[in-house]
Amino acid sequence: MLQETAFTRMKAENKPISGAELMLEALQREQVEVIFGYPGGAVLPIYDKLYDSKIVHVLPRHEQGGIHAAEGYARITGKPGVVIATSGPGATNIVTGLADAMMDSLPLIVFTGQVPTGVIGTDAFQEADILGITTPITKYNYQIRNAEDIPRIIKEAFYIATSGRPGPVVIDIPKDIAAIVTESPNEQEMKLPGYQPNVQPNYLQIRKLTEAVSRAKRPVILAGAGVLHSNAASELKTYAEQQKLPVVHTLLGLGGFPAEHELFAGLAGMHGCYTANMALYQADLLINVGARFDDRLTGNLKHFAPKAIVAHIDIDPAEIGKNVPTAIPIVSDAKEALKQLISQEGRPPEHKEWLQTLEGWKKEYPYFYDSESKKLKPQRVMEMLYEKTNGEAIVVTDVGQHQMWAAQYYKFSKANRWVTSGGLGTMGFGLPASIGAQLAEPDACVLSISGDGGFQMCTQELAVIRELNLPIKIVILNNSSLGMVRQWQEIFYESRFSHSKFSCQPSFVKLAEAFDIKGFVINNEEEAEKILDEVLHTNEPVLLDFRIDPDENVYPMIAPGKGLHEMVGVKP
Amino acid sequence: MKRIITLTVMNRPGVLNRITNLFSKRNYNIESITVGHSEQEGISRITCVVHVENDGIVEQITKQLNKQIDVIKVTDITEQSIVARELALVKVLSTSSTRSEIYSLIEPFRASVIDVSKESIVIQITGESDKIEAFIELIKPYGIKELARTGTTAFLRGTQRSSNQSKTYSIV
Repeated sequence: MLQETAFTRMKAENKPISGAELMLEALQREQVEVIFGYPGGAVLPIYDKLYDSKIVHVLPRHEQGGIHAAEGYARITGKPGVVIATSGPGATNIVTGLADAMMDSLPLIVFTGQVPTGVIGTDAFQEADILGITTPITKYNYQIRNAEDIPRIIKEAFYIATSGRPGPVVIDIPKDIAAIVTESPNEQEMKLPGYQPNVQPNYLQIRKLTEAVSRAKRPVILAGAGVLHSNAASELKTYAEQQKLPVVHTLLGLGGFPAEHELFAGLAGMHGCYTANMALYQADLLINVGARFDDRLTGNLKHFAPKAIVAHIDIDPAEIGKNVPTAIPIVSDAKEALKQLISQEGRPPEHKEWLQTLEGWKKEYPYFYDSESKKLKPQRVMEMLYEKTNGEAIVVTDVGQHQMWAAQYYKFSKANRWVTSGGLGTMGFGLPASIGAQLAEPDACVLSISGDGGFQMCTQELAVIRELNLPIKIVILNNSSLGMVRQWQEIFYESRFSHSKFSCQPSFVKLAEAFDIKGFVINNEEEAEKILDEVLHTNEPVLLDFRIDPDENVYPMIAPGKGLHEMVGVKP
Repeated sequence: MKRIITLTVMNRPGVLNRITNLFSKRNYNIESITVGHSEQEGISRITCVVHVENDGIVEQITKQLNKQIDVIKVTDITEQSIVARELALVKVLSTSSTRSEIYSLIEPFRASVIDVSKESIVIQITGESDKIEAFIELIKPYGIKELARTGTTAFLRGTQRSSNQSKTYSIV
C-alpha cells in the first residue's frame, strides 16, 4: 500500500521533512493517483517536491479547467479529485468549480497556495482571502498554520469530502508552511467531534414506508444522484422490481436506473418527459431517494406532487423538509436504506392500473422532433450517438440545450456514465470535465458534448487532450447562438434576441487543428452517419462541429413558476 | 417570532464567520449573537437570537447549523426553562438636578452606576432583553449619549419544568 519513498525513509530515521513532503506523503497515503494542478509562486515549494513524485500531474491551461477536470474524475470514480492552485488569482480561478462541486455534491480536495504567514493580511502580492471567499461554497476549509498539522488535516479533509454528503474541501497552505522543515509530525488522529454523518436508517421509518408502499395505489420513486454517490444502483433496481415501483430520475440521477427498464418512467423536471412529470403530479406516494427537490425538478412547489404522501431518503437531514413537506423522513445513506427496504419484503402495492396508465403515457407522449426536416436536428444527432456507442459511452455535457437533448435521448443503462453540471449550471464545464472522466476510465468511449457557446469558455483545454492523447470525442452542437437563452427570449421576451446570437464564430475545425486535433464539420445526417462511423471508435481525439438547426427548441418544457402539470410542447 | 438558539462549537479560526455566513447565505434574520468560551477548553458557546416567520425556518436553521463541521451541538431553547441575560451600558446625560431622579430609576431595575462625570453617568444593567428595553425607554427622556448592548446569552436552568417540553423535530 504505502510505498517506501524518500519521505517514509526520512521519517523512519526521524530526519527533518518539509511541509510539502508531508503533504505529498499524506496524498500517497490516501492513494491519490492524479493531481490537476497549476503552479505559481506560492506553491513553488510543493511543486519542487512534486518533481520527484510518482503521482501523475495534469497541467490544465487554466485553473478553472483543472478543477472541472477534477470534478469529472470524481463523478466517474467516486474518489476525490485533487487540485492544486496557487495563491491569489490561481485560487480565485477555482471558485466556480468549488461552487459547482458543492451544488452537485462532488468530493474534491483543493490545495491553494497562500502568501507566507508573516505577510498574511498585508495585501501582499497575489494574496486573496481564500478562506473567506470559499467558506459558503465548500463543505469545509482549512488554513494550515503549523506544518505538523498537515498529515492530520489532509486525513480529515479526505474523510469530510467523501463521507456523508460529499463535497469540496479547501486546504490553504502558506508558502512558508510548505517550505518549513519540521522534525516529528504530530499523531494523525482526526479531531472532528462535530462531524458524525448518520448512515443507518431509522427502523421505524423504514417500517412506515414499507406499509405506505403496500397501501399505495399510485406510487413512484424519484431517484437522484444520491443513488450514484452511495453506489446503490443495484439495490434501487432490486427494490423497484420487488415492489413493482416505477422510477423517475432527476437530471443528475440519470444512470442510477436502467433507462430501457420497463419500470423506468423517464427524466422528470423542467425538460423532462410527460410520463415522469405526470407520474410525480398524480402520485399518491412519492419516494425520494437521494434527490433534493431542486426547483428545476419541482416547478412551482404549490403544485408539486399535490396528492402524494412524501417519503424522503437523504443522507443530509437539512434537505429533508427543506422544500417539500415530508411525512416519512429517512436520514440515511441511500444504499443502507434500500437494503433495509428490500429485506422488509413488504407486500407490493396493488397498482396494475397505475402501471398501465404510465405505459399509456409513455406510448402517447414520447419525446418528439421533426424527423422529416431537411435540417440537421440535434435530437437526431443524440440518437445516432446513442446507437453508435451502444449506450455505453461516458457522456459529459456542458450546460444548455444540448445538455437537455443529451439527457432526453441518451439512454443510460449503467451508473456513472453521465457527467453534467446540474445545480450550478456551469457553462464551460463540459470540455475539461471530459478530461477527468477519460483519465478515470482510459478505455471508455468519452463523448464531450457542448454547445458552441460553452465550448468557447474553456477551449484552451484542447491542449491537455492533445498532450495526454485522450481519445475524447468532442461533439459541438453548433447553432451559432446561446441556444437556451435564445429559446427563453423567443418564448418569454417576444423574440427579442438580446445578445444571444453570435455574429462571429471561429472555425472550430481550424481551432482543433491548431492543437493538432482532427476536426470535421457535419452539415447533415448522411455526413453524420459517415463520419461518426469513421471516428467514434478510433483511439484519437476528434472534434465534430455539428451545424444543427439554429431554431430548434427543447421541448417539452415547464415554464418558470408553473407546476408539473402545466407542461407545454408535449405533442407535435 | 423570536427564537433563542444555542450552539457549542469548536474554537477554530473562522468558525464565527462560518456561522454568520450561513445566516446571510440562507437569508435568515439575526437579532443578536454572542460568543465566548465555554466550560471546556477549545469549545465555545454561541447564543443566537433570530426572528423567523414559522417553525419550518427554525428547523432549517437548526439543521443547517448542525451540518457545519465545527458545530458540535445545536439546541433551540426558546420553549424550555432557561436563564437568559443581556448586559447593556448606557451613558446618560445627568446634571446635578437630574442625578437623584435617575438614581431612583436605577434602583428598581437593579442596575448600577459604574462611572460618573460632570455631564453624564454610565449605567450598567443586566437582565432579559425586555427588562433592558423597558429601562432604556424610561431613561431616554434624560438624553442617552451612548448605548452598547451585548445581545442575549442563555442556557438551560438546572431543573426543567415537565410541562415545558422541548420541541423535537422529526429528522430521523
